[in-house]
Amino acid sequence: MAGTGKAHLRPAADTMLRVEDLVMEFPAGGGKKVHAVSGISLDVAEGETLGLVGESGCGKSTTGKAIIQLPPPTSGSVSLDGTDLAKLRGEELREARTRIQMIFQDPISSLNPRRKIGEVVAEPLNVWGPDDPEQQRDLVHKMLDAVGIDPDVAATKRPHEFSGGQCQRISIARALVMEPQLLICDEPVSALDVSVQAQILNLLEDLKVEYNLTLVFVAHDLAVVKNISDRVAVMYLGKLCEVAESNSLYETPAHPYTSLLVGSSPIPDPSIEIDESVVEEGELPSPISPPSGCRFRTRCPLADEICERVEPQMEQIGPDHFVACHHPLVTSTEVNLSPTGTDKIETKGRT
Amino acid sequence: MAKSDTKTARLVPPGLPNEPLLQVKDLKTHFQVPAGIVRAVNGVSLTLDRGKTLGVVGESGSGKTVLARSIMRLNLGDHVIASGSAKFEGKELLDIPMSDMPDLWGVEMAMVFQDPMTSLNPVVKIGRQVTEHIRHHHGTSKSDAKDAAIALLKSVRIPEAEARFNAYPHELSGGMRQRVSIAIALACGPKLLFADEPTTALDVTVQHSILNLLAQQQRERYMAMIMVTHDLGVVAGRADEIMVMYAGKVVERAPTKTLFEDMRHPYTEALMRSIPKVSERSHTRLSAIAGRPPDLINPPNGCSFSPRCAYAGPRCFEEAPPLVDVPGSDHQFACWLPVGSEEGKEAFERNLAARVPQAVAIAEGRVTEDLTGDLEQAAAEAVAEAAAAEEAEGT
Ligand SMILES: Nc1ncnc2c1ncn2[C@@H]1O[C@H](COP(=O)(O)OP(=O)(O)OP(=O)(O)O)[C@@H](O)[C@H]1O
Ligand SMILES: Nc1ncnc2c1ncn2[C@@H]1O[C@H](COP(=O)(O)OP(=O)(O)O)[C@@H](O)[C@H]1O
Ligand code: SF4
Ligand code: SF4
Ligand SMILES: [Mg+2]
Ligand SMILES: [Mg+2]
Repeated sequence: MAGTGKAHLRPAADTMLRVEDLVMEFPAGGGKKVHAVSGISLDVAEGETLGLVGESGCGKSTTGKAIIQLPPPTSGSVSLDGTDLAKLRGEELREARTRIQMIFQDPISSLNPRRKIGEVVAEPLNVWGPDDPEQQRDLVHKMLDAVGIDPDVAATKRPHEFSGGQCQRISIARALVMEPQLLICDEPVSALDVSVQAQILNLLEDLKVEYNLTLVFVAHDLAVVKNISDRVAVMYLGKLCEVAESNSLYETPAHPYTSLLVGSSPIPDPSIEIDESVVEEGELPSPISPPSGCRFRTRCPLADEICERVEPQMEQIGPDHFVACHHPLVTSTEVNLSPTGTDKIETKGRT
Repeated sequence: MAKSDTKTARLVPPGLPNEPLLQVKDLKTHFQVPAGIVRAVNGVSLTLDRGKTLGVVGESGSGKTVLARSIMRLNLGDHVIASGSAKFEGKELLDIPMSDMPDLWGVEMAMVFQDPMTSLNPVVKIGRQVTEHIRHHHGTSKSDAKDAAIALLKSVRIPEAEARFNAYPHELSGGMRQRVSIAIALACGPKLLFADEPTTALDVTVQHSILNLLAQQQRERYMAMIMVTHDLGVVAGRADEIMVMYAGKVVERAPTKTLFEDMRHPYTEALMRSIPKVSERSHTRLSAIAGRPPDLINPPNGCSFSPRCAYAGPRCFEEAPPLVDVPGSDHQFACWLPVGSEEGKEAFERNLAARVPQAVAIAEGRVTEDLTGDLEQAAAEAVAEAAAAEEAEGT
């Protein structure tokens, strides 16, 4: 299996989630296949937030769903605390699955419209949780409270009576009642306004500390991913391009695709000149017949003959910085290892 | 007249009148619905010169789309109550009989919608959609129209435009469809282009290409543009001027650079501080805006931002602030206790000291209020208490 390598994986004992050579293919008719995810490997340490970023259709959601085994991958392994989920059956699988929860992109349609919020949040408990109704009710109350929704109001209202941001809070509460170790967030803020987006990002940061969570955070907005992640993996057409500590990735992107993403990201600062001559033509190649060699080569300004023939493997270029490219933009990065950024808590009243 | 520091600075081609291209005064678009009157656009005024770009920024529901559609007089459904004035090249648009409006669409002004399928017909090949538009307005021959259409599709960077001429919209990606709808909007060389969140649904890479394309086309055609977005980042490097809307009203308006360097309205500042930025280190705490967008049927008393505002004082809940000029500049805002003022700073500090949820949200990014309660009432009470406490202390 030609993967993009595993140089970026850390020793298994140091990580909680370990995904190796994950492949997900879907039938596409006429004997063809959609190569949605083609051999990616990832790991996440306890308490860490891994960001997964890439353009629409690159396989982010498919990866997230394969981790929770819904559906199980075509091949490859997903281990949680050293246990391969694909090998588990019955009660063991049931138990392992409750330890990983996922929240979805569209906050409103992922909640059952016919049920009251209290019931929606209790739903997973009915299947997986404690049998004692008293205990169930306490858990639901506690989690609704934690996400800023009044449990008494929620008991009587249905999802459509809440805004998009409130629905996203409710789906977070629903995931948390299972007291998971790992929370997979698939574009949890993409459908929200910026003001509400900040509320949810901060809420996730706070809950993570309070409930000892480990996060996989999927999004296409680079600034959002950088804000919440400790480590970021960049995906393109079913493959990984670059994996690095967040600040290092954005300060010194080494993969031409990462650099394209960073350069396209809008910056709320008018003093930064925009190069308006950049207009990419065409579209993403089809995942039904992905390009040979490096999958990014059809859009890459540096592509040459070797890129067409040989698939690049993940290689280390900095303390926690890995890239899969024959001609990386930086070969040895000065990785900034200073402690995480200063909290922006100072008040900004100008005098 | 064109200032050299503006983004779309260029000379007015000779022979064009020097008056503003578009002048909107006190425009109101209300909807009569069973629950009451939705004040979607509630007294907006603006001026746009030829060839310039105006960015219109605000949260969803702030009235951006209704404003654009009202000026272009596109269908807004029944039960519309409209008033005010919108002059295009000095001519009152609101007085033109509806039956004459289609002659203006495409030629004088055009719109690119958020969802390209709004302007594309799913069962007609894209080439024909472009040629029909050209022929309708210019009566060009079929083969000339085809040549023009292919040139146009090439100019919006549709690869293999000749081959794609016969494609249906569903055979194209979202980004390509948006390019086709831009081609149609540009086909008859409009003087004014409305771009209503044209890239919100697209990837950053595609967004970047499409915004650049619009900028190039705008420059070549000396076209004015109103760019509607909820993302300050999208207009920062692209608009000459920015207008921030909240609850159907303009709350701040300034040349882009001035707005970013000297923002006065607490809502503009809050929007800015809630955006994650690639230039900041990871885990930088974002500011949050407390509460939820206003109910346009029963807007808050006083300033419509008051239930969410970190700077609010008791007066803000009673009296709506007018849009006023910053002396000696082309900058306006509507606020009693503006950002950067002594009174504003005092109010903010007082609110924060009293742990008023709106101030805590901005300062610490934490939402501490009961989101399901009567936020308006709670905000007014919290601010009144903070003010009373300070008075009792005798400061
Ligand atoms: N059940 C399925 N059957 C066939 N193809 C599928 C299926 N699910 C996903 N795909 C395809 O797999 C690829 C990856 O899809 P995925 O939903 O994982 O992308 P994504 O990165 O999450 O994109 P987005 O940002 O749009 O959510 C796409 O080409 C998609 O069309
Ligand atoms: N036809 C209509 N009837 C009633 N309300 C409407 C209609 N069209 C828009 N609105 C309301 O007007 C407000 C402003 O809408 P809109 O201009 O679409 O906001 P934006 O584009 O800023 O997101 C919203 O509250 C919306 O629900
Ligand atoms: S391997 Fe080649 S084509 Fe791929 S990103 Fe690197 S330089 Fe570009
Ligand atoms: S300070 Fe008062 S007037 Fe100004 S925005 Fe806040 S609530 Fe409105
Ligand atoms: Mg997805
Ligand atoms: Mg809109």
